[in-house]
Amino acid sequence: MKTDTIAAIATSMTNSGIGIVRISGEEAVKAAEKVVQLKENKKLSDCPSHTIHYGFVKDEDKIVDEVMVLLMKAPRSYTREDTVEIDCHGGILVMNQILDIVLKNGVRPAEPGEFTKRAFLNGRIDLAQAESVIDVINAKNDFALKASMNQLSGSVSAVIKKIRADILHEIAFIESAIDDPEHYQLLDYGEALLDKVNQLLNEILTLLKNADNGRILKEGIHTVIVGKPNSGKSSLLNLLVGKERAIVTDIAGTTRDAIEEQIRLNGISLNVIDTAGIHNTDDVVEKIGVDKSKKYIEDCDLVIYVVDASLPLDSDDMKIIEMIKNRNVIVLLNKSDLNQKVSEDEIHRHLQKEILSISAKYGNGVNDLERMIEQMFFHGKIRMNDEVYITNTRHKASLQEAKKSLLLVKKSIEDGLPEDFYSIDLMNSYEELGKILGESVEDDLVNEIFRKFCMGK
Amino acid sequence: MPCIVENYDICVVGAGHAGCEAALAAARLGYETMLFTISVDSIALMPCNPNIGGTSKGHLVREIDALGGEMGKNIDKTFIQSKMLNKSKGPAVHSLRAQADKAAYSMEMRKTLYKQKHLTLKQAEVSEILTEGKTGNDTIVGLKTVSGGTYYCKAVILCTGTYLKARCLTGEMITHTGPNGLQAANYLSESLKNLGVEMYRFKTGTPARIDKNSIDFSKMTEQFGDERIVPFSFSTNPEDIQKNQVSCWLTYTNEKTHEVIRNNLSRSPLFSGMIEGTGPRYCPSIEDKVVKFADKEKHQVFIEPEGINTNEMYIAGMSSSLPEDVQYQMYRSVPGLEHAKIVRNAYAIEYDCINPNQLQLSLEFKKIKGLFCGGQFNGSSGYEEAAAQGLIAGINACMQIQGREPLILDRSEAYIGVLIDDLVTKENHEPYRMMTSRAEYRLILRQDNADLRLTKRGYEVGLISKERFDSLLEKEKMIEEELKRIQKVMVGANQNVQAFLHSCGSIPLNTGTSLVELIRRPELNYDLLEPIDKARKPLPFDVREQVNILVKYEGYITRQMKQVEQFKKLEKKKLPKGLDYNDIHGLRIEAVQKLNLLKPMSIGQASRISGVSPADISVILVYLEQFYYKKQ
Repeated sequence: MKTDTIAAIATSMTNSGIGIVRISGEEAVKAAEKVVQLKENKKLSDCPSHTIHYGFVKDEDKIVDEVMVLLMKAPRSYTREDTVEIDCHGGILVMNQILDIVLKNGVRPAEPGEFTKRAFLNGRIDLAQAESVIDVINAKNDFALKASMNQLSGSVSAVIKKIRADILHEIAFIESAIDDPEHYQLLDYGEALLDKVNQLLNEILTLLKNADNGRILKEGIHTVIVGKPNSGKSSLLNLLVGKERAIVTDIAGTTRDAIEEQIRLNGISLNVIDTAGIHNTDDVVEKIGVDKSKKYIEDCDLVIYVVDASLPLDSDDMKIIEMIKNRNVIVLLNKSDLNQKVSEDEIHRHLQKEILSISAKYGNGVNDLERMIEQMFFHGKIRMNDEVYITNTRHKASLQEAKKSLLLVKKSIEDGLPEDFYSIDLMNSYEELGKILGESVEDDLVNEIFRKFCMGK
Repeated sequence: MPCIVENYDICVVGAGHAGCEAALAAARLGYETMLFTISVDSIALMPCNPNIGGTSKGHLVREIDALGGEMGKNIDKTFIQSKMLNKSKGPAVHSLRAQADKAAYSMEMRKTLYKQKHLTLKQAEVSEILTEGKTGNDTIVGLKTVSGGTYYCKAVILCTGTYLKARCLTGEMITHTGPNGLQAANYLSESLKNLGVEMYRFKTGTPARIDKNSIDFSKMTEQFGDERIVPFSFSTNPEDIQKNQVSCWLTYTNEKTHEVIRNNLSRSPLFSGMIEGTGPRYCPSIEDKVVKFADKEKHQVFIEPEGINTNEMYIAGMSSSLPEDVQYQMYRSVPGLEHAKIVRNAYAIEYDCINPNQLQLSLEFKKIKGLFCGGQFNGSSGYEEAAAQGLIAGINACMQIQGREPLILDRSEAYIGVLIDDLVTKENHEPYRMMTSRAEYRLILRQDNADLRLTKRGYEVGLISKERFDSLLEKEKMIEEELKRIQKVMVGANQNVQAFLHSCGSIPLNTGTSLVELIRRPELNYDLLEPIDKARKPLPFDVREQVNILVKYEGYITRQMKQVEQFKKLEKKKLPKGLDYNDIHGLRIEAVQKLNLLKPMSIGQASRISGVSPADISVILVYLEQFYYKKQ
């Protein structure tokens, strides 16, 4: 439907050996040329299709990464459009940085399933596959939408909502004055708007800075702490939180039985959920808590299983082991300060996972735990949710667009253009910010005009 | 009882602003046309405000004119004051508005109708639509009047305005009449309901008319017309219409006015629950304003003449449904109106109209072939909105009889396109009024270029003469050539130029630059730069105006053109008629329901339906590819 140029990270979002940023569309080659400097100053557009080239990605003058660039000209590509793939060193940071640079060059982030959709619309995929294409689009959209809503932290969405409300108010005022010029005048309005736009720009810049620090989304490795009641789960969480003092969000009221905290360990974010203790129970309320824990275990990236080493393993422990045996697990033998009834060997017989001894009460062994999580992450044993990063990229692109539009408003004011030009770019930035919240424009403006301004004959 | 039976090509019901345009278009295209009205004395009646045009409405009039409609010509003949609004703002929102001599306006239109070949006027109330075929798949065969007359025809155009089951309210007093005490049309609604048409009930209102001899104008501010009058019609010579103008007057309500209103709210049918219809938010009654904007200490009131040969003054800003005695107290609390004599009371009016979602973009009913409609019947409001729809309905009835494609203007071509697309595609819960903010491509849809946008379409339809079309082509050529020429004109930083710039309050040049760059400076324009552009040939005003706008705002215009390109791609992806969205695997239920109800013409139109998400659109696109592939 659109022939504009799109880009996305085509590999999964892990620290695996290699990552691919894919660009597709009419401007793909042109954009790649701006981003990648090829060896011997070759021009990508002069190169034949299906060739691979060595070069550097540069952000202004700084080298970001050395890369291989694969050129596939239309129609001999997956999407049947001009396609460039930038193979880079697969760090999450590097891939994101490269994608960001690509997006600054007239390319927009791909929608969920969009490469596949284009492949289909351009006749690349045969009809038998069409139904499954629809499923892919739907599934990815549903997921992205959910991701978009869930992952946006409450404070960020509140800020964006406020910025949008401010913008809409200004547009409504301009439009009222255009629509009913004998009633509302725009005397010296440009100056007032300039102040407002500067203020909004600052707010957006702050959001963008936070986006770079990954603080916009509830991103991170989803970690669940499980164990029997009183095994020391909550002490562990308090220890992690207390030590780092880096709580970003504290999601209150998640459930009465699970507490969620965001923790940052040497650059890795963890979303830690402290679950209700798991043991065999007939108590209905507690049973719900246990069922929830099971669900968390299924959905998470990492399980921390806390064992009270001062008590022998029992049938409840066996139940837990059964639940977690196919997950990424770190077993913590807690209460190492007390008399040990459970040994590493005994655990190993049931569960072949990483094991550490700690004392949550005295804080012994916590550094080892942090190191272990880091190692697992950097060795790619723990993968985190790709969609989080993709969403973040889209949000960032929207914020960038919103910023661009506001800068245009500023320029229009400074150039002395008439007021009706301001509202065009204000509307664009309103729309872009709406994308982050999953809201479209529809009748917002007309409603705002009539709500705030007394119009008409 | 023997009754009249006659045959026509096209029957138009209602001779208001929509009906007149529809009937004239049909007759001018050579079809035998019958125009029914409840009162021949009330043709092209302006029962509310005494003006034509205004913000965004002025654009509509220009567009009507460019397509070959009548409204622009008629107001050029009968205006008594003219003003270009928003002149301090950008060219896209300049809007022409003229005060009309209402009686003259009506009389001129009547003359035009009588002079028109193939057009017959008839005073009669239409009571029934005649169709054949199954319900849900009917075809028009004609209509019947209350007196039993049967008129067979190939197409019917309904432009019933506010007359269907009309009810007027002034306080506790209710009359079952149309506007201005005219007879209501009480039978047609039933006939439409029997054909399965979904009806709405809307309301609107009008202020009192006050005798000008009872007004003390010394307490008001005089509002003059423009010194240089610009005509509405592209075919009117500006020199022919420069004349003495009549003034309007500005005064304000005050705390006392608001108190009178607040004390009597229980007697206003708007607040007592007597009115069921939905009113327009943009022309609220004074009761509404006082309640909704309680913190405002005063509201503007414009006193506007209704014509040359009448004493009546229209009290703009104070429409009301309060009882007669309260109206006297209320109006007399306004400075200058202390001794006001009310000639006609303010009133609210309720009427039947349709849910316009039942229409195609051609303004034909989806389920009744040959039945077209326009104006307030479609849930819109305003003379200009009505005329625009009437014209399109008239043209498309003819196109259908000729077996040609309907004339459908899209949102990037005309305000008329925005108007009709909004009515047909979006949910509408109040009388719809045009606004410039509804047009997403308004930099391109200017009132100054309506002829460049639409005259060609009018020519293709057959309403624009060869001569007028040729002169448009000539204008296009002049604009293009001048744009090309000035691109190449360089201006040196010599003494002459610097002195000239200084005299215009513009900063001097550092080095030489292009003429185009200078035009873009806010304090300069194309005309101003004539002294330093020696090779310039004399060009008509409208050509110079286009050149100036296109150069000055080029950046913005280019950006909007790009957006239009994207927009057009989706509009061009047509959806097959009779597509059952239940068959499309993967659509959400809400989307299926909306799509089946609205049956959009294109992917673009589908994407504007509320409740249809981008993901749904992707699914439809994939389905479409399959559909066309299988067809091959």
